[in-house]
Amino acid sequence: MLTRKLKALKRQIVESQVWTSMFRHDYDDTPRNRFLQIMANVWLHLHPPKIRRHAIRVRFTWCMGGITFLLFLVLTITGVVLMFYYRPVGEYAYADMKYLEFDVPFGMLMRNMHRWAAHGMVITVWLHMFRVFMTGSYKSPREFNWVVGVILLTLTLLLSFTGYLLPWDQLSIWAVTVGTNMARATPLLGHEGPFADVVGVTPRYDARAFLLGGSVVGPPTLLRFYVLHCIFLPILASLFMIVHFWRIRKDGGISGPL
Amino acid sequence: MAEVRATAAAPAAKTKPAPTSAVKKAQLEDRVHVWPFLVRNEFICTLIVMVLFTVWSIVINAPLEEPANPANTPNPSKAPWYFLGLQEMLVYFDPWMAGVVLPSLVIVGLMVIPYVDINPKGSGYYTFRERPFAITTFLFGFLILWVTLILLGVFFRGPGWNLFWPWDRWDPHKVVALTNVDLASLDIGGTGLPFKWLGNPKIFGVELIGLTLSVLYLGVLPVVYYLWKKPTSPTLQTLGPVRYAIVVQLFLIMMSLPLKMFLRIAFNIKYVWITPWFNI
Ligand code: HEM
Repeated sequence: MLTRKLKALKRQIVESQVWTSMFRHDYDDTPRNRFLQIMANVWLHLHPPKIRRHAIRVRFTWCMGGITFLLFLVLTITGVVLMFYYRPVGEYAYADMKYLEFDVPFGMLMRNMHRWAAHGMVITVWLHMFRVFMTGSYKSPREFNWVVGVILLTLTLLLSFTGYLLPWDQLSIWAVTVGTNMARATPLLGHEGPFADVVGVTPRYDARAFLLGGSVVGPPTLLRFYVLHCIFLPILASLFMIVHFWRIRKDGGISGPL
Repeated sequence: MAEVRATAAAPAAKTKPAPTSAVKKAQLEDRVHVWPFLVRNEFICTLIVMVLFTVWSIVINAPLEEPANPANTPNPSKAPWYFLGLQEMLVYFDPWMAGVVLPSLVIVGLMVIPYVDINPKGSGYYTFRERPFAITTFLFGFLILWVTLILLGVFFRGPGWNLFWPWDRWDPHKVVALTNVDLASLDIGGTGLPFKWLGNPKIFGVELIGLTLSVLYLGVLPVVYYLWKKPTSPTLQTLGPVRYAIVVQLFLIMMSLPLKMFLRIAFNIKYVWITPWFNI
């Protein structure tokens, strides 16, 4: 009696105009629905509806590309939360970190997640490249996707590096100082690099000054790295990820033995 | 379907045998539904990763040190850990080389891999035997030159960028004798070898010694090897001179790091080639 009523209720809901406007197929496990689950869903249709059997083996891919992408999503979400409380200004930045840690509800958790996921993403992107190399998956027709991958690897490191400065503590400014000191030795473009006098670059007008917005790591650097970290690099990385995923499909899905 | 078309239209028809129709048919039949099989894996994987990072973030706090103070340089100042391999190279090369040229070449070198590795075998499965050179070179570069140097930088470098065991107390006053010499003035056992016997290298031209050695290493050595091996090596024949030149230059430049490490540790060599503009 009750089950019959429930069934009727379910039918009423599932056949209502609101429901059918959202969901275009039912959930029964039929081959048709398995296709539609993928094809009728904007997020899942990144996948093809069917793939070769070996491609779902964890032992083959180590899931590393997927985990890298997942961590990128985690970083985007926690990063937006942090942006609500953080001001990239010399006087405020460090205080805002303290505020996040002690006063903002779940602020510490968000900061920790963002930090550890960033470290994690650097490691997983290396492991992903390692796996792709070991399976020779960069070979024809996937050469170009490997190149896109190397760009993504570089962007991941740059994202991590620009973010490293933002807490504005001793660790961050000195790590970034050491990291950017090399730029002053850029051949031709850095004031301490080979042939610097030929080009005429000076400490205040060379590759490093361009990067830092000055001759030392100071408040202008903080603002510059903030913009790169929160706007420019994430957008660039997203664009290349779109290309990366698109190319996986266009190159015939994930590689495998003939 | 896109997959099939792309595989069939692969431009590598020259290097890779086109899949026969039997193979294509087998590929088509050995397929599984993404829903539920792949999506299920992704879901489980997501759960595990999220649980892991949540627990990690609850248990361990991200570091936050004293406020930034440009007047107080910590010793040692370390770059973020993933760049410590590059910082480690600064011990052996000047900044323009270790910090700019070599990192750029790492990126370029990685990008050209697919275009210079013409071995059609070992695509899409794990194998060592079918591509020993590629795998050995990559493992050496990645595990030894990248990962190991990072570990060295993270755990073994202390004040003054001196070596310490992880359990040592960091002594900022540790004295390490600076006994490095340049190759041209190296004097093994007072014999004047290898170059000291030439007389005052300044007069002979220190630049010439380094220049000659570099040309031998990057120019003559690969050409001799090419001419010697080409008649008997099908790999070199298909590789052709251009791709060979790219591979060999990148390979030798990569090997210049362990080479300089060896020269430093064995003979305290600082520079191999000195010029008024740059030193290597
Ligand atoms: C932000 C960084 C990256 C993301 C999010 C990403 C994501 C992915 C995903 C999800 C896949 C599907 C297969 C798998 O999970 O292994 C994949 C495949 C692939 N990735 Fe990446 N990747 C990234 C960086 C890289 C890098 C650094 C390289 C190489 C230098 C690379 C080269 C490739 C190639 C060649 C494939 C095709 C593999 C095959 O056909 O077996 N990717 N990537």
